Amino acid sequence: MKKRVMMLMSSVLAAGTLLAACGEENNESTPINDGGNNANEAADNSADENTGNNEAAGEGEAFTAQMVTDIGGVDDRSFNESAWAGLTLFGEDYPNAEVGYVQSSDASDYAPNLNRIAREGTDISFAIGFLMEDDIKTVAAQNEDQNFAIVDTVVTDDNGDLIPNIANITFAEHEGSFLVGAVAAMQSETDHIGFIGGVEGELIKKFESGFKAGAKFVNPDIEIATQYAQNFNDASKGQQIGNAMYGNGADIIFHAAGATGNGLITDAIERAQDGENVWVIGVDQDQALTQGDWDDGNVILTSMVKRVDEAVYQVAESTMNGEYPGGEVLEFTLEDAGVGIAESRENVSEEALTAVEEYTDMIINGEIVVPKTDEEYEEFEGSL
Amino acid sequence: MFTLEYVIEMNNIRKEFPGIVANDNITLQVKQGEIHALLGENGAGKSTLMNVLFGLYQPEKGEIRVRGEKVAITDPNVATECGIGMVHQHFMLIEKFTVTENIILGKEPKKGTTINLRKAEKDVAEISERYGLKVDPRSKIEDISVGMQQRVEILKTLYRGANILIFDEPTAALTPQEIKELIQIMKNLIKEGKSIILITHKLKEIMQVCDRCTVIRRGEGIGTVNVSEMTESTLAEMMVGREISFEVEKKEAKPTNPVLTIKDLIVEDIRRVNVVNKLNLEVKAGEILGVAGVDGNGQTELIEAITGLRSLKSGTISVSGQDISGYKPRRVTESGVGHIPQDRHKHGLVLDFTVGENILLQTYYQKPYTSKGILNYTKMYDKSRGLIEEYDVRTPNEKTFARALSGGNQQKAIIAREIDRSPELLIAAQPTRGLDVGAIEFIHRKLVEEREKGRAVLLVSLELDEVLNLSDRIAVIYNGEIVDILDTKDTDEKELGLLMAGGKRDVGDVQ
Amino acid sequence: MIGNVLKSKLFGITIPLIAIGFGFLAGAVIMLLSGHNPITGYVALFQGVFGEIYYFGETLQRMTPLIFSGLAVAFALRTGLLNIGVEGQLIVGWFASVFVGIVVEAPMIIHLPLAMAAGAIAGALWGFVPGLLKAKFEVHEVIVTIMMNYIALHIVNHFIRNNLLASGQRTDFINSSASLSSEYLAALTDFSRLHWGFLIAIISCVIMWFILWKTTKGFELRAVGFNKNASSYAGMNVNFNIILSMSVSGAFAGVGGAMLGLGTYQYANILPAFTSYGFDGIAVALLGGSTSIGIFLAAFLFGGLKEGANNMQAAAGVAPELVEIIIALIIFFVASSYLVRWIYTKLQFKKEGK
Repeated sequence: MKKRVMMLMSSVLAAGTLLAACGEENNESTPINDGGNNANEAADNSADENTGNNEAAGEGEAFTAQMVTDIGGVDDRSFNESAWAGLTLFGEDYPNAEVGYVQSSDASDYAPNLNRIAREGTDISFAIGFLMEDDIKTVAAQNEDQNFAIVDTVVTDDNGDLIPNIANITFAEHEGSFLVGAVAAMQSETDHIGFIGGVEGELIKKFESGFKAGAKFVNPDIEIATQYAQNFNDASKGQQIGNAMYGNGADIIFHAAGATGNGLITDAIERAQDGENVWVIGVDQDQALTQGDWDDGNVILTSMVKRVDEAVYQVAESTMNGEYPGGEVLEFTLEDAGVGIAESRENVSEEALTAVEEYTDMIINGEIVVPKTDEEYEEFEGSL
Repeated sequence: MFTLEYVIEMNNIRKEFPGIVANDNITLQVKQGEIHALLGENGAGKSTLMNVLFGLYQPEKGEIRVRGEKVAITDPNVATECGIGMVHQHFMLIEKFTVTENIILGKEPKKGTTINLRKAEKDVAEISERYGLKVDPRSKIEDISVGMQQRVEILKTLYRGANILIFDEPTAALTPQEIKELIQIMKNLIKEGKSIILITHKLKEIMQVCDRCTVIRRGEGIGTVNVSEMTESTLAEMMVGREISFEVEKKEAKPTNPVLTIKDLIVEDIRRVNVVNKLNLEVKAGEILGVAGVDGNGQTELIEAITGLRSLKSGTISVSGQDISGYKPRRVTESGVGHIPQDRHKHGLVLDFTVGENILLQTYYQKPYTSKGILNYTKMYDKSRGLIEEYDVRTPNEKTFARALSGGNQQKAIIAREIDRSPELLIAAQPTRGLDVGAIEFIHRKLVEEREKGRAVLLVSLELDEVLNLSDRIAVIYNGEIVDILDTKDTDEKELGLLMAGGKRDVGDVQ
Repeated sequence: MIGNVLKSKLFGITIPLIAIGFGFLAGAVIMLLSGHNPITGYVALFQGVFGEIYYFGETLQRMTPLIFSGLAVAFALRTGLLNIGVEGQLIVGWFASVFVGIVVEAPMIIHLPLAMAAGAIAGALWGFVPGLLKAKFEVHEVIVTIMMNYIALHIVNHFIRNNLLASGQRTDFINSSASLSSEYLAALTDFSRLHWGFLIAIISCVIMWFILWKTTKGFELRAVGFNKNASSYAGMNVNFNIILSMSVSGAFAGVGGAMLGLGTYQYANILPAFTSYGFDGIAVALLGGSTSIGIFLAAFLFGGLKEGANNMQAAAGVAPELVEIIIALIIFFVASSYLVRWIYTKLQFKKEGK
C-alpha cells in the first residue's frame, strides 16, 4: 500500500462538492495525490498536507498527468512501476502538477480506465504498455481534444498515419542490448551465451538483434543460443529454457521475457548455489536490485534498462511547457539516456565497463549502427 | 431398601419443530427388567421421543428420570453414561472392520499409545457368550449376515455398559428364523437384568415378546397397557384410532392366459456374479403372484431386469407373448408394464418435482401433454388433478412438491401413475414398505382390484404377511432361483420361512 | 399452504440478498481497517456504475459475457452437472467466432449468425467431450472440464500465435460484417463498448427459461438433474440427457465467448491466463439461483462491481483488489446459504415465539 494513491476526492466528496471532477472542462482540477502520502492517513489530514504540496483542489489551473497501468499493476517491478516513479518525481519537481494512476485488473479495463481519466480532463494521459494500443486508439478518437501518450509502441490510424493526440514513446532497445551483448561476450568463460525472448515480434527482435550484434562485435566466434518462450508470464517455461541453455554450456543468458525471465533467474540461483559460474542479464529495470540474490552474491551480471521513468517524465514536462509531442514517435536512445546498462555494476569487469563506454560513444557517433531486425543483423554480421 | 419401580421415566414430554408438535405430553415409564413396546404409525412421533431420550433432541417441556434421578440428557454421551444404548434400524458399522474393531470404535482400550486389540477381543467374546449372541469377534462385517450384524450392534451397546437398550424396528430386515433368534436374545438380556424398549409397528411381535406397550398417535400419548390384556386388533385400534381389517377381502382367483413369462433368466451384478440364476417364472392374467424371499436373493435384480433397468446375460422375458428382453425402460413401459418401485424416493419420484409432474412422469412425452416438443402444463395438471382425487392423494394441490407429502401419499401418487396406464402386468415391489395401516389397506385394495380387472400382478415383498395376505400363488426366491412355487392355500409362514432360508422340500441341488 | 409456497419463493430471494448485504458489510469493515471511508468508497462504486451513461454502458457490456457464462453453468447445474469448463468453452467460442469473423467474407445477415454459430458449436464441442466421457465411462465431469480448460487455453493461444497473429499479441480485427458493435448503442451510452450482444444475452435468458420450463426435453433434463434413478426408471435416456446438457451448456458459454470476440474486443488475443469469465459464471449462477432472471441480476451486480471498482480506486483510492474481495465474500455467503438460512430461521422462529 505504500504507493497507494491518496485521493483528495474523499474529502471533496464528504464536503458535498461531489463529482465536480466529472465535468468536461479541460483544466479542472482532479484528485490529487503525492506519491509519498500514506493512504492510511485520514482524509481530512491529507487535505491539509496536500495544500502544502499542491494547489488545492477547486482552484483549477493545476497541470494534471495520470497513467493507466496494464494488468501488472503499479508495483510490478517493471514498466508500470518505473513509469509511476517517473510521474512521482515529476510531481515532486513541479509542486503545481498533479499526478495519479489507475490500475487495470484485466484487459477489458483498459478502455474505460483511459476514458475515465481523459474525461476527468487530465492534461496528459499515459497508457503504459503496448497492450493498450487498440484501446488508446479508440479512446483518443472519442476524446479528440485530450492528450494521450503510449509507451512501447507506435499507434497509427487505419491509413497508417500517426494520430495527432497520441505521443508514441519508444526506446532504442537494440542499442542497450548491444552493450549488454558486448559485456556478455567479454565475460563469458565458455564463449557460449544465450538469449530468451518473450513472445516473438518486432519489439523483442530489437533486443535479440542488438544483443547478438554486440556479442559478435566483441567475439565473432561466440556461440549464441536463442529461444522464445512465447509467453511473458510463464516463469516455469523460463526456468525450463534456462536449464536447457545452461546445460548446453551457455554461462550468460540475457532475457527479454518479462515474468518468464523470473524462472531463468531461479534456475541461475540454483546453479550458483551448486557452485556453477552462471549469470543472467536482466531487462527493463535494474533487476539486481530486486532479484537474483544467492548466498554468496547475485546472479544478475547487469541489466539492460529502459528508462520508462525518464521518458514519462520528459513527455509530461514537455506537455506542461506547451510542447506536447502529439502525433510524434519519440525514440529514447542511448544518447538520451533512454536505454543503457544498469547502475549495479559490481559483477561487471573493469575491462568490460571501459568497452561499454567506448561502444556507447561509437553508437552515439554513428560509427556503429546497431541492427534491429534479423535482416539487419545478418548484414551486420557479414560486415564484421 | 427402596426398590425403584421404573428405570426410565419420561414424563409429559413435549417436543416442537417449527410448525408442528412432534411429541405432545407423552409419558413413557419403563420398568426394570421388562420389554416395553413403543407402538405407533409412521410419523406418530416414536423416533422423536427416542431421540429425546438418546440426547439428540432437547424437549421443550417434561422431565426425564433415570432410576428415579432427574437427568438432563444433553447429548448421546450423557445417554451412554446413564446406561442407555440404541440399536439403530440402519446399522452404523464399518464394513471393512472386524466385529471387535467396530465395537470398540470410539472407546478403544489402550496399551500405551496402541490399541489393545487382544484384550478387546477377549471382552467382546465374553459378553457374546454371556448373552448367547454367538458372534465371532474376528469376522469382518462384510462377511457376516444382516442378523449377525444386528447382534454386533447389540454387543456395541452392551460393551459400552448399557442397561437400557432401545431397539428401533429391529425385525425389518430379518428372516423369520432370525427374528425368532432375536426374540430369544432379547429374553436372555432381560434375564441378565437389562430393560428393553422396542420401537415397532408390528403388532404380532408385541404380542409375542412385550410385557407392556405404550401407544402414541399423531404425537400424543394414547396410553400404556399390559400386552397380556390386549389382542392384535385392540392394539391396532389404539394405534390408528379406528377399526382395522387385516384380512384382504378377495374372491377366488380366476387366472387365464400367461402375461409374464420368464425363461432361464441370468442377470449379473457389477462383480459379474450371477445374482439371478436360470430363473423361470410365469404370471397369469387375473392372479397375484407373490415372490417371497430374504432381502438380497435377487429380487431387486429380477425386477430391474424385467423393467429394462438392468441388462440380461441370457434368457428371455416376454409380456403377453411379446419378447421384451433387452428393451430399454421406456419400451418396456410401452409394452404394457407398470412398476411400483421398491424405493419410492430413489426410483419412484423426483422429489423436487411437483406431485402433478410426478404423476405424469411416465406419459409426459405423449399427446396431449406434449406437442411439437413443447409441454402443455395445463393438460398435465388437469390430468393429475383427476388422478389425485381418484386415488385420494392428500396434497394441498397438484403443484405441491412431492417432497412435502407423507410416505403414504407419495406411494398413492406412484400407484395412480402406474395403474392409470392400465398395464397388462403390474409389478409391485415392497409397495407398502414404511407405510401406516391406513395406507397399506388402500394399496392392498388397489392391487386386488387390478387382479379383478384381469391384470397380472407380480408382488415382491419382504413382509411375509403381505405376501401371504395378497398372493394367489407364492414363488420363493433363494440365491437368484425360484426354489418353489406354492399355492397360498396350501402353505404357511413356517414352510415359507424354511424355503426362504435355503431349505428345500425335496432335498436336491441346494447350493 | 399457498402462503407457504409464496414464502418459500420469497425466501429464495432473501438468501442471496442477505449474502450480498453481508458481503458489502464485510467489505466496509475491510475498508475501515485499511483506512478508507467505506461510505466514500461505496458512493464511488455506485457512481462508477450509474454516475455517467458511459459507465452504465460499460457495465452492461461487462455483464454480457457474464450472463452467458452464468447461463452455461446454470443449465448444466439443472441437470445435476457441475460444468467447471465454462472458461474453456468460452475461450474456444471466442476464438472460433473471431476466426470465422476474419476468414469468411459474407454479407452481415449471413456472416454474423455464422460467426456466432461457430462460437456456439466450438463451445458445444468442448462441453460434449466431458458429457460423453461422463455418460459412457462415468468420468467425473469436474475433472474433465478443468483439464479441457487448459487444453482450450493453450490450443487457442497456439493457433493465434502461429496462424493468426497480426500485431503484438492479437489477431486481426474481424470483418465489420461479423461485428456486433453498434454505433447506435455506443452513441446512446457516450461511446461505451456496449454492443448488440447485450440484447442477445437477454434473449438467451428467455431461451434458457423456455427450454428448461416449457419443453419436453427441459422436463427430462430437470428430472435427470434432480434424480437420475427415477428418470431412468421413467424411461428417460439419462446418458443422452447428460451429453445434451453439457453440449447446450457449452454452447451458451461459446456464445459468451463470441460476445467478447465479436462485440467487446473485435479480435482474439493470446491469453496469458484464464479470462475468469467462466469462473465468475459459477458465482453468477449460484447467486442467481440458476434462474434466468436471477442470473441476469447477478451478472449485473458482478459487472457493476467490476466496472465500479475502477472508479473506486480513481475516486476513493480503494484498491480494485478490495472489490475482488467483496465479490469473493458475497460468493462465500451465498455458498454458505445454509448458515444464512439457519440464522434466518432462528430469528424468524424467535419472532414467532414471541
